[in-house]
Amino acid sequence: MDIAQLFHDLVFDYTLRTVAIGAAILGLVSGMLGSFAVLRKQSLLGDAISHAALPGIVLAFLITRDREPVVLMFGALIAGWLATLFMLAVTRTTHIKNDTALGLVLSVFFGFGLMLLTFTQRLPDATQAGLDKFLFGQAATLLQRDVVTMGVIGMVVLGLLVIFWKEFKLVTFDPEFAASLGFPVRALDVLLTTLLVIAIVIGLQTVGVVLMSAMIVAPAAAARQWTDRLGIMILLGGLIGSLAGVGGTLISSSAERLPTGPVIVLVVSVLVLFSMLFATNRGLIWNWIRSRQNSRKLRARAVLADLNTLALQHPDQEHGHSVAVLRAMSPNPDGVSHALQQLSERGHAREVSHEVWALTEEGRSQASQNIKDEKE
Amino acid sequence: MAEKAIEVTDLTIAYRDKPVLWDVDMDVPSGTLMAIVGPNGAGKTTLIKSILGLVKPAAGQVLVLGKPYNEQRHLVGYVPQRGSVDWDFPTSVLDVVMMGRYGALGWLKRPGPSERAAALEALEKLGIRHLAERQISQLSGGQQQRVFLARALVQDAQLYVMDEPFQGVDATTERAIVTLLQELRSAGKTVVVVHHDLQTVPEYFDWVTMLNVRRIASGPVQEVFTEQNLRLTYGGKVAFLSAAGNGKSENL
Repeated sequence: MDIAQLFHDLVFDYTLRTVAIGAAILGLVSGMLGSFAVLRKQSLLGDAISHAALPGIVLAFLITRDREPVVLMFGALIAGWLATLFMLAVTRTTHIKNDTALGLVLSVFFGFGLMLLTFTQRLPDATQAGLDKFLFGQAATLLQRDVVTMGVIGMVVLGLLVIFWKEFKLVTFDPEFAASLGFPVRALDVLLTTLLVIAIVIGLQTVGVVLMSAMIVAPAAAARQWTDRLGIMILLGGLIGSLAGVGGTLISSSAERLPTGPVIVLVVSVLVLFSMLFATNRGLIWNWIRSRQNSRKLRARAVLADLNTLALQHPDQEHGHSVAVLRAMSPNPDGVSHALQQLSERGHAREVSHEVWALTEEGRSQASQNIKDEKE
Repeated sequence: MAEKAIEVTDLTIAYRDKPVLWDVDMDVPSGTLMAIVGPNGAGKTTLIKSILGLVKPAAGQVLVLGKPYNEQRHLVGYVPQRGSVDWDFPTSVLDVVMMGRYGALGWLKRPGPSERAAALEALEKLGIRHLAERQISQLSGGQQQRVFLARALVQDAQLYVMDEPFQGVDATTERAIVTLLQELRSAGKTVVVVHHDLQTVPEYFDWVTMLNVRRIASGPVQEVFTEQNLRLTYGGKVAFLSAAGNGKSENL
């Protein structure tokens, strides 16, 4: 399928359009809230919450006998929230540490959910069919009204982020200082965590309980590579999330039997990998280039200082010195030739005869300037 | 000095069944520079956290400028331990310093030009105005400490409470902090500092509280910072102490 056709379908194909918009909303909300979760060192909380949502979904169905997504989402929300509160209570009242509590809650809730799911599937009537789709998500089941619901909830979440921006930033960075200023840190904490639960629940139908945590952590991890500003990081996290949502939807629709949720997660993983390698701020490749440039600069500086030392020991300052001597003085003899090349490009040194170098006037003043700088 | 900046009465705090502070009384007169000293685990940090209402006491009470803390918080500036936050957080120096105004701003309002101006002025005072736009992960330990102090300065308080501001800073920063503390005192402010370096207590501070779960002594440095009190505070580690406790105190 060619790209033009894909974009044509994106606009005119009802199912594809619905799924793509839904995936974009889910990516946006989870990317933004996920950024806060990652900065609050709660990356794994997302994983626990999404797994813990499963029993909520099945119980909501068992109680109402209704497969309406809104009903199931409500069940997921309550279960996810209870799991979070349970976790906080365990860490506060017992000696059990945070990571242990997370593991405990995740496995207990998810195991219970799987048990309920198996039990439900043995029920004689066929209405329960499709509940197991919540494990890995099934984007094709998204209807327009689901997307509208997601959109409305998403808007509310984003609105709250804007309203409490200053407070959220403060409690994320320095909760103790926030408390000393009189902000209700506990309440803000609960609010922010509740928004995270909502962000997760929004995505469950599309991505599923097993993979949803990737949509929380990955966009944030990718966004962090590009920027050192909280606001930009949050926006970028949302953008990367929705990009992955739409991209994953298009890729999975272009081939038979490609599940949307996992493909979205794969796309976001690729975006993380790309960001880790190529980001201008923290990316590995730029860092490598920067550190290489730095070490070259420092090497040139060291050779300049060595040349200066040699010149000072000699009555005739224009006197040349052999590269062999400079190599002997340098901790890194192999880099000396390249450093001399750099110095001559800058006009700080010149080759008086083959393999014999001397400082220029500029080189001397630069060397004494360097010595002065180092003393400060 | 009639007014008391801090009045701690019968304060007892326990984590689970372990007492961290036991029946502590402490008065800090207005306009003094007070050090709180004591060994690790003596409850120094807990004491100042209870002054700031961050830790609930099991018994006793704390008054700040004559009233409970939550009525007076606009008069109090706080410098937490430098290690208590993640310095890799994506934000700038200026942004962190402006957080000192958040309490005065209250809900919903965003920091604007006047907060910005106050933050820049505080950075200027600490000699790091040129770092205003710097990402905080690129700061040295001393610079981080100055940022926290600048954040407390923009709180424009009457009482400053600082948790180990001298911890792991370079000599230049230490001098800068001491100068700042003295300026604050000259301006009539009260400063309470958790401190570790016993040698510098007589030089930097005029009042001292010596703490080891119980309050050992509290008062003017030249009266209470004695070898005997140090021995009581630090227990067996006397060898280390007799070296540290000399200076003025030993003659008394």
